Amino acid sequence: MSSPTSSEQRLTAAFLIVAHVALFGGVVTGLFQSLEHAGVNVYPSTPLVKSYYHSLTLHGVLNVLVWTTFFICGFVPFITTRALRIPFASLGLAWGTFWIMTAGLVMAAIPLIGNAATVMFTFYPPLKAHWAFYVGLTLVVVGTWLVTLNLALTWRAWRRQNPGVRTPLPAFMSLVTFAMWTIASLGIAAEMLLMLIPWSLGLMSGTDPLLARVLFWFTGHPIVYFWLLPAYISWYTLAPRQAGGKLFSDPLARTSFILFLVLSTPLGFHHQYTDPGIQVGWKLVHAFLTFAVFFPSLLTFFNVVASLESGARARGGKGWVTWFGKLPWGDPSLAAQVLAMLLFTFGGIGGLINASYNLNLVVHNTAWMVGHLHLTVGTAVTLTFMGVSYWLVPHLASRALWSRTLALWQVWSWFVGMIIFSNTLHRLGLMGMPRRTMIGAASYLQPEWKALLPLVGIGGSILFLSSMLYFVNLVLTLTVSRAPAPAAPEFAEALSGPDHAPAVLDRWRPWLVLAVVLIAIAYGPTLVRLAVTTPFNTPGMRVW
Amino acid sequence: MKRGTTVYLYELAWILPSFAIPVGMLVALVVTAFGAGVHLPGNEGRVDPRTVGQTGPFAEPGVVQIAPGQYEVRMTAQIWSFAPGEIRVPVGSTVHFWATSKDVVHGFLIPRHIVNVMLLPGQVAHAQVRFDEPGEFPIICHEYCGIAHHTMAGKVIVEPRR
Repeated sequence: MSSPTSSEQRLTAAFLIVAHVALFGGVVTGLFQSLEHAGVNVYPSTPLVKSYYHSLTLHGVLNVLVWTTFFICGFVPFITTRALRIPFASLGLAWGTFWIMTAGLVMAAIPLIGNAATVMFTFYPPLKAHWAFYVGLTLVVVGTWLVTLNLALTWRAWRRQNPGVRTPLPAFMSLVTFAMWTIASLGIAAEMLLMLIPWSLGLMSGTDPLLARVLFWFTGHPIVYFWLLPAYISWYTLAPRQAGGKLFSDPLARTSFILFLVLSTPLGFHHQYTDPGIQVGWKLVHAFLTFAVFFPSLLTFFNVVASLESGARARGGKGWVTWFGKLPWGDPSLAAQVLAMLLFTFGGIGGLINASYNLNLVVHNTAWMVGHLHLTVGTAVTLTFMGVSYWLVPHLASRALWSRTLALWQVWSWFVGMIIFSNTLHRLGLMGMPRRTMIGAASYLQPEWKALLPLVGIGGSILFLSSMLYFVNLVLTLTVSRAPAPAAPEFAEALSGPDHAPAVLDRWRPWLVLAVVLIAIAYGPTLVRLAVTTPFNTPGMRVW
Repeated sequence: MKRGTTVYLYELAWILPSFAIPVGMLVALVVTAFGAGVHLPGNEGRVDPRTVGQTGPFAEPGVVQIAPGQYEVRMTAQIWSFAPGEIRVPVGSTVHFWATSKDVVHGFLIPRHIVNVMLLPGQVAHAQVRFDEPGEFPIICHEYCGIAHHTMAGKVIVEPRR
């Protein structure tokens, strides 16, 4: 397999560096949040961080928006060029994209760090941040579109040289991920360009919270698939090989990704079940579509587990369940991914509860949600990306990982810390404890919550220590490690290969059209009604 | 998915239940949502957030008995309080909440009573619930609404029958 050129490697490294700077800021503020819940208020003595809510906004923006997006924009194009065995269509465009995104990030970071954008990563108006926050984040989104463009051009160049050949699975999945995201991000782009930016610049006197939330959640649910699908790319195309086996079914993998492309977006109202101003019937339609997306998730579960099993059996694993112990647990990259999958099972089940029209009333906006998204983006995605880093960073730096033992400690401590942390938050949510609240100072703190809150601090502290082990290992890899890097994992072969897949799965137009039609059906009537009737008369406020 | 292979059979054996499970869950969801009378807020109309305190249905927040055992609460949320901040009803009452926000987005949660609504400036929100147990229950703002968000709460006092 030909490697990407050194310039492409440098590009991936650049994205990864920014991602990790963000992750560092995110985990430090995360530690502060969890300590506050346990009764230790560190904010009076922290430099820079002005309040619990300032810290929480930093934690959310840095971790779920910056760490994920920059990691993905480094990792997924790397995978694509490696799978297609051709260079980027335009390296200039790729570097331009990196600098646009980084400039946007710096622009957003200035008001964010200066406490002028303490509006959470959801930035619901009429909370009004400094305009640079909105413009900066918009530039990051524009950058992701340029990644899509570059991937599409690269694929087209490959197609011209390889007519009639099936797109290699890792490249196919990468393209689906960015195609899905580009469609889904139109909601947040509209919110930014038509509402928040002109309003924050003083060109519009008022705004509308409901329309802004509808546009936000148009993107806000599929963004979780934008985070997850790159983790799936690793689970499908690399983890089976890392486990010593083969991908069980290439056609089934393509099918599930096409279904994610079609179904990821028209379901955002399940975040707005409790919002007034949206008809109940449309909420139910979105509930149905959310359950539809459970289907490709189940296909993924089966296919990935069957692939791991093929590896474990090749290594001498026996039995229906006990083969699991025969996976190569000494490889921190694979261990991270398998533990991420394990916890994601609970994240998926929790997600079904959230999406349930009726059960959502019990958990909406409670600590349950915090527990849920730390299992999904905080573990399925983040722990997988850490596992990827354990081979990708040594590969890019041409130096072996400093310590595999330390990496294994890191992976397992994340797993244990997260079980304590997320289980406690789920339980607190069921008891009615709100999310995004400085709970130690709350006037309505309930005795039953108080008994559990120390566990949030303990779980959060373990997670923080785990992340420090991760950073120490990476820094020592770059500075101290002298051994050459082992070969990067190759893509897995498939038991049932791409030739078994129906040809229609390799066509783009029918699926993109279907995705747009479904979105028009699910969102069209509500968006048209709101666009026509919304008065934009809510004034903005800075209340922090 | 090549017919006749072992992989194909395994795939089929998984795909069929994978399709049936979400469908079964959806049926359960629809039955409980409508059979159990779960109430979600719908489209109840708009108010002007700039004048909501002076005119219209929310000019005078308060509790009104509309029928025996039936109460209507007109409520506004503003940084960082609910008005009225305290609601007293006898046990067994059904309370219809009509609420809106005068400034930023707020939340409205009564734990263990399945009242969970967002209060958006410009929108009228509706929720209803029956209080079957006497006691004091917090009304919690569960959406970040500024620096003193954690102090924003009200209470429902359900009085025992005398």
